[in-house]
Amino acid sequence: MARKLPSADVVLVGFGWTGAILGQELTDAGLQVVAIERGSWRDTPTDFAVTFAQDELRYYWRRALFQQPARETLTFRNNATETALPMRRLGSFLPGTGVGGAGIHWNGMTFRFLPSDFIAKSHNTQRYGADAVPADMTIQDWGVTYDELEPYYDKFEYLCGIAGKAGNIKGKIQDGGNPFEGARSRDYPTPPMDMVYGPTLFAAAAKELGHRPFPGPSANMSRAYTNPLGVQLAPCTYCGFCEKYGCGNYSKASAQTTILPVLLRKDNFELRTESEVTKINLDSSGKRAVSVTYVDAQGQEYEQPAELIILCAYQLHNVRLMLLSGIGMPYDSASGVGVVGKNYGYQITSSVDVFFDDKFINPFIGAGSLGMVVDEFNGDNFDHTGLGFIGGGYIAGWNTNGRPIETHRTPQGTPRWGAKWKRAVAENYLKSFSISTHGAVMSHRTNALDLDPTYRDILGRPLMRMTFDFTDNEHRMSDYLTDRAAEIAKAMQPREMKVTKRTGSYSIVPYQTTHNTGGAIMGTDPKSSAINRYLQSWDVPNVFVMGSTAFPQNPGYNPTGTVGALAYWAADAIKTQYMKNPGPLVQA
Amino acid sequence: MHKHYVIAAAVVLAGGFGSLALAKETSFETVQKGKYLTQAADCVACHTVENGKPFAGGRAIETPFGTIYSANITPDRETGIGAWSDDEFYRAMHQGIGPDGTRLYPAFPYPYFTKMTREDVLAVRAYLNTIPAVNNRRPDPKLTWPLGYRALMRGWNWVFFQEGTFKQNSEKSAEWNRGAYLVEGPGHCGACHTPKNTLGGDKRSNALEGNQIQHWFAPKLDNDRQNGLGTWSVDEIAEYLKTGRNRHSGATGLMGEVVANSTSKLDDADLHAIAVYLKDVTAVTPEKAIQPEQAQMDAGKAIFADSCAACHQSDGKGVPHMFPPLAANANAQSSDPTSVMRVILEGARTVATDARPTPSSMPAYGWKLSDAEIAAVATYVRNSWGNAANAVTPAQVKSLRGALHATTQ
Repeated sequence: MARKLPSADVVLVGFGWTGAILGQELTDAGLQVVAIERGSWRDTPTDFAVTFAQDELRYYWRRALFQQPARETLTFRNNATETALPMRRLGSFLPGTGVGGAGIHWNGMTFRFLPSDFIAKSHNTQRYGADAVPADMTIQDWGVTYDELEPYYDKFEYLCGIAGKAGNIKGKIQDGGNPFEGARSRDYPTPPMDMVYGPTLFAAAAKELGHRPFPGPSANMSRAYTNPLGVQLAPCTYCGFCEKYGCGNYSKASAQTTILPVLLRKDNFELRTESEVTKINLDSSGKRAVSVTYVDAQGQEYEQPAELIILCAYQLHNVRLMLLSGIGMPYDSASGVGVVGKNYGYQITSSVDVFFDDKFINPFIGAGSLGMVVDEFNGDNFDHTGLGFIGGGYIAGWNTNGRPIETHRTPQGTPRWGAKWKRAVAENYLKSFSISTHGAVMSHRTNALDLDPTYRDILGRPLMRMTFDFTDNEHRMSDYLTDRAAEIAKAMQPREMKVTKRTGSYSIVPYQTTHNTGGAIMGTDPKSSAINRYLQSWDVPNVFVMGSTAFPQNPGYNPTGTVGALAYWAADAIKTQYMKNPGPLVQA
Repeated sequence: MHKHYVIAAAVVLAGGFGSLALAKETSFETVQKGKYLTQAADCVACHTVENGKPFAGGRAIETPFGTIYSANITPDRETGIGAWSDDEFYRAMHQGIGPDGTRLYPAFPYPYFTKMTREDVLAVRAYLNTIPAVNNRRPDPKLTWPLGYRALMRGWNWVFFQEGTFKQNSEKSAEWNRGAYLVEGPGHCGACHTPKNTLGGDKRSNALEGNQIQHWFAPKLDNDRQNGLGTWSVDEIAEYLKTGRNRHSGATGLMGEVVANSTSKLDDADLHAIAVYLKDVTAVTPEKAIQPEQAQMDAGKAIFADSCAACHQSDGKGVPHMFPPLAANANAQSSDPTSVMRVILEGARTVATDARPTPSSMPAYGWKLSDAEIAAVATYVRNSWGNAANAVTPAQVKSLRGALHATTQ
């Protein structure tokens, strides 16, 4: 029997990036906020100290910071004719757990989406005709525009101290920045990181081909930074342990390094760790959430009532909690009816490795978001006429790391083990470099999330079932992007190169990217979206849903910048509209 | 409009309660002043156990002569000070004598509080009367023979204790005098920062010249540029006390507690006054350091590059306000290397304050580096970038490690 606790104004389910942002904003507004996090407390000196943070075996191979499949996992299939099976070891993506969430182990690439990304459906049909979006491509406009989000992008970037070079300030194109980006109100808070050799070679080659490369916007600090909350970050040391690792030098923006020192000092904030929310409880009308039920590490069950419940967990968990709690109509991919679970999205990646005889790249001088980016083939930055696809992605020369267990590029035809492999690694480790492409995934009627009919978690709840595959649109787009990357690679004049296209069906086994999106998408119509433009549930208006869960489709950029901007956008709507007049912020 | 209501309400109150209302008014001010002085004196630090009820006492205070436990100073009549008269409270603060005539141990810093005015002492009392009473009897002290006999304190006081309220120095500014009063009286800075003789009495002629306490070295607070406050400006001292850090240093360990509980809560004017007074403490030039062995310096340099340079930077300049610079660092060059060794062994966490909320931390190296390695890197830090201080020996590290019960690999 659940022990009932005194009511709070707000309950945050999950305590990563969006939980910390909402916690900070809503406690500032005077609300009593309780955050409930399934994982443990984690902080820089205790959990990522420089004396042990750079441990590949522990953090990469043994996956110390990620969601543990023994506790929670998901089942997977490529399409409805298959039987989904549970993942027993994480692969293609690595959701986090614990305070700070996946924002602890991210690389720090902090992009904004293009203005046209937010109106993908109307923009593409307008430019290329109705046929450009086939019937099964279920893309939608977001219901929020780039211009509306701009102040909130800015707020997130200044919270994090993002290092970068603006390409468009108030409509004026800036040399050295991304000329395709939407207008920003001001430059980045800190200048770009010091560029290292590999990305410099990449950028020179890209320029030769007429592209306009720019430094990747980075949450790894190019210099010491004190954010508007007074929280401090230190300069990055270029140690090359960002993605899959916590930063021991206070040099990577995370909830811990930007918000928590201030938030945790507040009397009207409380954090409960090792506590997993299992359900959001609705009243008899089904239109109002009254509480959440959670289980602590001892197995004791609690009921925490609240006026406002905000889902801040990882994208997959937000969707699963909605399905388990009966919030919104579950999506049925056969009929296309329903909204929760709809438009699950991912991204499609590929790479072109280059190998030199005479150039020392020194890959170990790295940082998660250290590199140069070409945006000529992202979104609708180029004419898609006759190409047979919409959308795009960026091409980048990152120098993220030279971690020896994970990163050892070998030329085409090298065996995968044995003496020849060892020799190839030794010969090429210092003198190779990788160009990567990072492509969009347009939503498709059959790519969706629902509850698995067979497999259950440790608490007896159905696992999430993921049904996903790349479609022709993704393959055509990614092949096109990879060909462009190969042109740049060639212009770098390497001894040899290795082109790795993404072929065939999506495999959930090899790591690709932790950019899962959709499932409870935002929009303008409750028939086709689960939440409104303020991330508020259409069906249960005192529930808001944060994160990339809201993305109607997945553009060709890393999502965190937009996740942060949407969290601030929603927090502002709660503060300025919802608190004055609790109820639906958009009338259906 | 609003103002009129307030006045009207005040008139009604005064009419209704007469002098009682007036007395309450005065009392509130006294209580506020007492609260401020209680913070200035950091009473809560010693009189509260970790995560315990404030001022309920029982915290173990380690002294070179054994362990004593702080008193319960809540208004509880049985175990606290609720039954004490104001005169008894003043006598304890001014003379170190309890209500039953017993001598108090000078871990309770009455040799400093004796300088406080009676008015200030009674304000503290007035504040302590307002906090919730907690029934909590402290454990008996565990002192080495023969110090368990409190009667001996009579002799100690006769030799080391100088009773007397602070006297203004008319040759100095009002601000200097305010600073002196706070430092020598309620702030009792010398309790940690003044060297002690073998019986635990202050070496008065060496006031604020640094002292080892609870396995920390409380640094010199004189105006020496090498290991005192000579390179700190008045504003930088005030900034350190208010925010827990400045461009030179960050407060950790015991001083972190002092900043959190006490100095961060003081007025800017008082912090400025303290800084003005400290900047006037005559510099004592340290003895010339002996040149360290080159082999130890070489080893230390390699360890520094591997383990320290990422934050403190290869040139020792650190990241100001975040990771303290080690070049020209007074703590690093202290004659007594205890604090340097300790932060390497155990790590350190800079105090978080409202102004500087980030608790920037240094990880522990005790589990990773041997005694000789820690001695080498400490010696390197103490003798690089213009720093100069005697070498640290592996035996010193071993001794401190043992004392701290730090674990090794």
